[in-house]
Amino acid sequence: MATAERSAPRFKLESLLGMAVLAGGVAWIIWSFATDPVIFTQVLTIGLSNGALYALIALGYTMVYGIIELINFAHGDLFMLGSVVGAIFLEEWLKQTSSSPKSWALLALTMVFAMAACALINIVIEKLAYRRLRNAPKLAPLITAVGVSFILQNIGILMNGSAPHSRTSVLPTSSVNIGSIEIRVKYIVVVAVTIPLLLLMTWIVQKTRVGKAMRATAQDRDASLLMGINVDRIISFTFALGGALAGAAGVLFVQVNGNTRYDAGFRLGLIAFTAAVLGGVGNLVGAVVGGVLIGVIQALNDGAPHFPGQKWTQTVMFSILIIMVIFRPGGIFGQHQQEKV
Amino acid sequence: MSEQHMSPVADNAAVRGGGQPPVLTITDLEVYYGNIAAVKGISLDVYQGEIVTLIGANGAGKSTTMRAISGLLKPRKGEIMFEGNKVSGLRGNEVAKLGIAQSPEGRRIFGRMTVAENLELGSFMRRDKAGIVEDMERVFDLFPRLKERIAQKGGTLSGGEQQMLAMGRALMARPRLLLLDEPSMGLAPVLVDVVFEIIERVNSQGTTILLVEQNALAALNIGNYAYVLETGHIGLQGAAKDLANNEDVRNAYLGHA
Repeated sequence: MATAERSAPRFKLESLLGMAVLAGGVAWIIWSFATDPVIFTQVLTIGLSNGALYALIALGYTMVYGIIELINFAHGDLFMLGSVVGAIFLEEWLKQTSSSPKSWALLALTMVFAMAACALINIVIEKLAYRRLRNAPKLAPLITAVGVSFILQNIGILMNGSAPHSRTSVLPTSSVNIGSIEIRVKYIVVVAVTIPLLLLMTWIVQKTRVGKAMRATAQDRDASLLMGINVDRIISFTFALGGALAGAAGVLFVQVNGNTRYDAGFRLGLIAFTAAVLGGVGNLVGAVVGGVLIGVIQALNDGAPHFPGQKWTQTVMFSILIIMVIFRPGGIFGQHQQEKV
Repeated sequence: MSEQHMSPVADNAAVRGGGQPPVLTITDLEVYYGNIAAVKGISLDVYQGEIVTLIGANGAGKSTTMRAISGLLKPRKGEIMFEGNKVSGLRGNEVAKLGIAQSPEGRRIFGRMTVAENLELGSFMRRDKAGIVEDMERVFDLFPRLKERIAQKGGTLSGGEQQMLAMGRALMARPRLLLLDEPSMGLAPVLVDVVFEIIERVNSQGTTILLVEQNALAALNIGNYAYVLETGHIGLQGAAKDLANNEDVRNAYLGHA
């Protein structure tokens, strides 16, 4: 009782500080927008597109954490494998290197292929590496995840080489003009593909039988077994779902950035992890919001007027991660969770 | 160890079940947590239509036995048979499919889901929509409180309501054997009576029940047959009525009456 009373003013001070930081940020954004609305809006659309990719990857982190309380550090590298597998499938097997309606259709097929491949890889990873450690101390699967990350990176080197491999995008390079604001088609495509995927995922988790079993398993594994839920299969399914989203993100990433590299998963994985923490690890909606927020913050910092600029972007983003973990470990939506890495 | 000389009231076992074989048979069950034995070789039978109670002090191995029956713990030795099927060694979800449901110790309801969703999960294995609706009505009939709380999240219910939800959820599986682990734990005395009344009602509607309780007196009052667990062994067994009058049991579990 006494400690609660004593800590109350401190929390008040913290939330006041939080408000001040938030207000400052908003003011900064308005200032930036007022200086050059056109550039600001263009940068914002890039941020939304990147944010959509981060959201897809962050969902994989958050779903796996939600169900077995493991921060799956190999998840970013799974995304990388998705990008490599997708690029090889589209360029080398389907021989598509230019933009045409046919290549767009085959890009959709590539997406399905990469999603299936990543889902499968993630199922195998869970079965071989994590399942046996499910009741072990939390540090054991965590270290295993780091190990799996290295294995996936080395598979990436085998398939892609150790240097960045440039890939051709089959999406149109044109732009859509709204007034004097110019938006690249590829960014629109990313958002247009991501939104239905997110809706589909929400539907699966909220409305289907397997989704209900996922939510039950996330809350209480033993009680779920008592209900007759095949918990092993539900966990596999969760890894499959997370893997599929990472695969989709991988294919889209190549189309936007025009290259594949074996270490792409490390940086993007960390950013997506930051997004997941921002939204509260384990919180699905939070992961999407966190992903978009991080994408926008990154883009604004990279290109909008009055922001520190590209060389500070990583500092800004990981400062956010550190601040979140210290002050709001439950994420921006704030429910406090006890389990931490 | 030898149950014979410790159980002066154990000789009416022959009349249980009216010549039918038991639905649940546990033989020489041993369960360990790591290297620590929690259950050290117990044997017990549950016959069709009975309420069998398992009483004993904290740490006697009551909940461990229940968890082993449900497949949440793997026995190191011994065998659990249910309706002629070997249950020991099966996983929890496979045991549930055979027709055993458990209302576990600590209730273990899904706190972030509504009362309705919790009950639906109880019927997760079933496909007969009409039967599920019927059983939902039956649960609301037994626990009118749950109907009032139907859209509320499980975690916001009171302890008594959560207990009702845990029992209702187990009933939603339409089990042939219902395991109840400490249904009266942490409940107000008024509610304890209600819960025991409901257990009797469920039993009279045809469900066989294995009941673990610390409230030994109430458990012996509604039980047909009882086993007393003592640090992993079965100390005494007999008709519940007889055990309730047994001097040792009265001294150890029913207060100094």
